[in-house]
Amino acid sequence: MKQNATQSLTFSAEFWQGFRAELPLLIGVLPFGMIYGVLALSAGIDPLPAQAMSAIVFAGSAQFITTQLVAVNAPLLLTVLTILIVNLRHALYSASMAPYLQRLRPIWKIGLAYLLTDEAFAVTIAEFQRRNEINPNGHAFFFGSGLALWGGWQASTAVGVFLGKVIPQTWSLDFTLALIFIAIVVPTLKDRALVTAAIVASITAILTIGLPYKLSLLVAAFCAILAGYWISES
Amino acid sequence: MKIWWILILGGLATYLTRLSMILLFSHWEIPAWVRRALRLVPAAVFSAIIAQEVLSQNGELNLGWGNPRILAAALATGVAWKTRSVLLTILVGMVTLWVLKWVM
Repeated sequence: MKQNATQSLTFSAEFWQGFRAELPLLIGVLPFGMIYGVLALSAGIDPLPAQAMSAIVFAGSAQFITTQLVAVNAPLLLTVLTILIVNLRHALYSASMAPYLQRLRPIWKIGLAYLLTDEAFAVTIAEFQRRNEINPNGHAFFFGSGLALWGGWQASTAVGVFLGKVIPQTWSLDFTLALIFIAIVVPTLKDRALVTAAIVASITAILTIGLPYKLSLLVAAFCAILAGYWISES
Repeated sequence: MKIWWILILGGLATYLTRLSMILLFSHWEIPAWVRRALRLVPAAVFSAIIAQEVLSQNGELNLGWGNPRILAAALATGVAWKTRSVLLTILVGMVTLWVLKWVM
């Protein structure tokens, strides 16, 4: 293999490079974690499971939706199914990451998969694609970015869980959920298929809102994906 | 108790999704049509949630001018499109909502 500058980076140099690369994203993630903590408590989740969800599920959007489902006392299976569908996009991240982690021992693959969040993936894959070849210590970059995000997410959740008892209902903080999703989705609507999916999902979600347990979310998502797929084919 | 089952099963589902292709990649690749469908998942799910959160309160639809969340969300959409900033989007949306609720 050809020697070059990136390749000579040590494990710890890679780790800290990844860690630092993640820090700017924390500006967006920290308020997100705090708001999750606040909403979890207002949905009736106790502080301990609210905090534990950030450690066990460790997926912002899915955690927000879970608070909604818990608030309407949706059945267990439906809640888990919704989490699964919301997080299906991680299979794509997993596939993009796979070639870079291919030569690692299984213990690293099993450990790093836990850190494969939207934000850590975004930073890491951009760096990996920028490099011309796979650095033997490259996984340490991912480890660093993933751990930075993990720490930020746990800490900001804790702050939110703490504040959750203090913030009054009249502040309408639940509206931040819609705003966060607007901020995430709107910039990604770059082609006809995605715009179609967004429109069909919105309309279907409103038409089926009477269904119990937020079942409307799954119905709307399913119709939207079909419609978007059909548009992208035609 | 149910919340802990949600955490365990939801966490497991999430983790296994993240691990799936890292482990399987050498044997199997995601077919193109699945990839195309998966790409649409975030837009589909999040738009559904946005629509419900903006247009209804406690399960009741409110599509009229009396609903300040519609204008707040519309402004936030513009900000998100222009700036791509999560923080600014939240800020503009919340301030608009507070002002409208105060005026109305």
